Amino acid sequence: MNLSGLREQANNAWKAVNEPSRPQVLVGQATCGEASGAGEVNHSILETLKRLGIEADVHSVGCIGACYCEPLVDIVKPGAPRICYHSMTPALVSELLEDYLVKDNPRPDLALGVWGESRFGIPALFELPMFKPQMRIALRNAGVIDPENMMHYIARGGYTGLERALKMAPEAVIAEIEKSGLRGRGGAGFSTGLKWKLCRQAKGSPKYIICNADEGDPGAFMDRDLLESDPHAVLEGILTGAHAMGAAEGIIYIRAEYPLAIKRLVKAISQMRDIGLLGKNILGSGFDFDLRIVMGAGAFVCGEETAMMNSIMGRRGTPRPRPPFPAESGLWGKPTSINNVETWACVSAIMEKGADWFSSFGTEKSKGTKTFSLAGKINRTGLIEVPMGITLQEIIFGIGGGIPGGKSLKAVQTGGPSGGCIPASMLSLPVDYEALTKAGSYIGSGGMIVLDEDNCMVETARYFLSFTTSESCGKCVPCRLGTRQLLTILTDITQGKGKPQDIPAILGLGKSMRQGSLCGLGQGAPNPAMTTIAYFREEYDEHINSHVCRAGECRALISYTIIAERCKGCAICLRACPSAAITGEKGKPHVIDISKCSQCGNCLDVCPKKFNAVVKVPAAGPAAVPAAKG
Amino acid sequence: MQQISDILSFHRADRSDLIPILHEVQSRLGYIPPEAMQAAADHVGMSASEVYGVATFYSAFKFKPVGRHCVKACRGTACHVKGSEKILAEIEKALGIKDGDTSADGEYSLETVACLGSCALAPVLVVDERVYGRVTPARVKSILRGER
Repeated sequence: MNLSGLREQANNAWKAVNEPSRPQVLVGQATCGEASGAGEVNHSILETLKRLGIEADVHSVGCIGACYCEPLVDIVKPGAPRICYHSMTPALVSELLEDYLVKDNPRPDLALGVWGESRFGIPALFELPMFKPQMRIALRNAGVIDPENMMHYIARGGYTGLERALKMAPEAVIAEIEKSGLRGRGGAGFSTGLKWKLCRQAKGSPKYIICNADEGDPGAFMDRDLLESDPHAVLEGILTGAHAMGAAEGIIYIRAEYPLAIKRLVKAISQMRDIGLLGKNILGSGFDFDLRIVMGAGAFVCGEETAMMNSIMGRRGTPRPRPPFPAESGLWGKPTSINNVETWACVSAIMEKGADWFSSFGTEKSKGTKTFSLAGKINRTGLIEVPMGITLQEIIFGIGGGIPGGKSLKAVQTGGPSGGCIPASMLSLPVDYEALTKAGSYIGSGGMIVLDEDNCMVETARYFLSFTTSESCGKCVPCRLGTRQLLTILTDITQGKGKPQDIPAILGLGKSMRQGSLCGLGQGAPNPAMTTIAYFREEYDEHINSHVCRAGECRALISYTIIAERCKGCAICLRACPSAAITGEKGKPHVIDISKCSQCGNCLDVCPKKFNAVVKVPAAGPAAVPAAKG
Repeated sequence: MQQISDILSFHRADRSDLIPILHEVQSRLGYIPPEAMQAAADHVGMSASEVYGVATFYSAFKFKPVGRHCVKACRGTACHVKGSEKILAEIEKALGIKDGDTSADGEYSLETVACLGSCALAPVLVVDERVYGRVTPARVKSILRGER
């Protein structure tokens, strides 16, 4: 059997969306769309079409990455290009459908962009500042197709790479991947081709492959989006890898926090089984392979490969020393290869378009593209994919549109809890494996959190240590005790109880943890503290010596006060105060009793902007008393 | 107990089926009672203490009955820098329970989770299966009321 019979059917299905005979409506329904109300928007679309008596097809698509202006709805009217509309609400989409489909007004005021060339005064979508610098390889179909419709994937060139790979010798497939320069997208950046070769050459049978979809880094959502938006791109890559390495069984280890991604994977796997892409003698090549999903259970450390294998085998998810590496001795002692979701999606693209095409993007040592999730204090939050080597400046101010509220950028946090904070002064840094590592951070799986002047760097380091402390599995001493100790020291500093000797203590402890911890969790855990000390030493010194948090984030070091001349005595803050610290008669200036105040900041948040009577000031009182010299 | 044996009948007597069994028990009963751990241990050929060791390693598993509605507040990085701490405080105030607890009437359970992966819409809150983005302290009560 081959897929050529299906291709015609697929092309027709895809043509029916893009050159339709009746209107097509496509609703972005990945988790971010849903969280912004895409479900209600979809419902409103169906109701409106019924009310207007319009025959149309409504599809649910994945996420194109513009999460900041979700829900997104695309409309393709016969004879017109696909137009993307943003920030939809049930009422707005109803109005739009009536205007465009009945009155022929494409409503440029509601549109984000046109797929293809600019039209109706609406700009070209992929010429917009957010999209223009992007190169979408792993995300090639994300937000474009219906992820639950396999025909859409096939029509867009899906499974041609696999067909090509199955006609090649396994060694030739590995050589192709090696030639492409693809490196593991989970963070470590090991050569994928080399990893596969080691597994191929390892003695032992059966061999296993694992797709690492345990995206645990807080602040990272590339894998979730990719699996929700284009599961077959990942599955095709897994199948290609299985053929190349000679694996008989594959496991997708996915975190339980991603129910929609799991649902779409389950559906995609059953579609593959239906057309003979899983099971015995796949596409008549004599190659047998099957695939199953294993759900994680909320343990961050299971993203580490040896911990993940223990979890799959029904054990506590703790790592073990390497060697032996999984390629020699992995699941049940058999050769095993673990690759990240995005890596697998790149594999299917490389086999479709060739190693030379892939390696034409990126830098000398970091080929291709990388997906990043942009979040935090940035205007255009979302999921992006850029060529390796692009600068942080281009990502944050070009694609991301800069910092909201006229605030200034302080730092970019990359690499999750094992990564570091890169200061605003280093924005010209090219984003690739080597450059970020040299800066003390690392590319990680691709989370990028933007911090502005209101974020305290000591508090940021403390936050990450609170995470790694609670996620440390406890097996090795440097990590178990080191994270706890670092957290205690950092907490003291944020509370104004820091001592000058804390800085050398953090650096010494961090060095020991890097050298002595069993896995990446403990080795990387000191990074947030060490990079913030390297780049933001003055903030540490201010906390320790003067008990000042310049960002005004550390509660123990700030206080709130009401400026009597501005206060109208409206009592809004009085009612919002959880500690009953605010007193005052109606119509007369209110006063905050510092001894009762918990520094929650509710009063500042609720004080009407036109009065602006509540202000944040450095703490007076006990916290400002210098710590004992020690 | 019938439900537990139903679940076990779909699983191999193999240790690698243990975590899937625990997931299913929890999704049916809302938590994992001691007798389910004993039954799972007998089924896969482990001791109950070993099963307990595995189950308690993973933060997703709960060992106390939970409320009819499950509220999850995200404590991921993006949510943290966008003030998730205030959201959590507001929920705790509204429900009168702390992180990890269940309300006395059995209506709500509250937990914090590492990251829900909807960082672009931070801060994020999940009530049962529904994800709410860009939550503000002022919106918390209306979100919770919608579930009553």
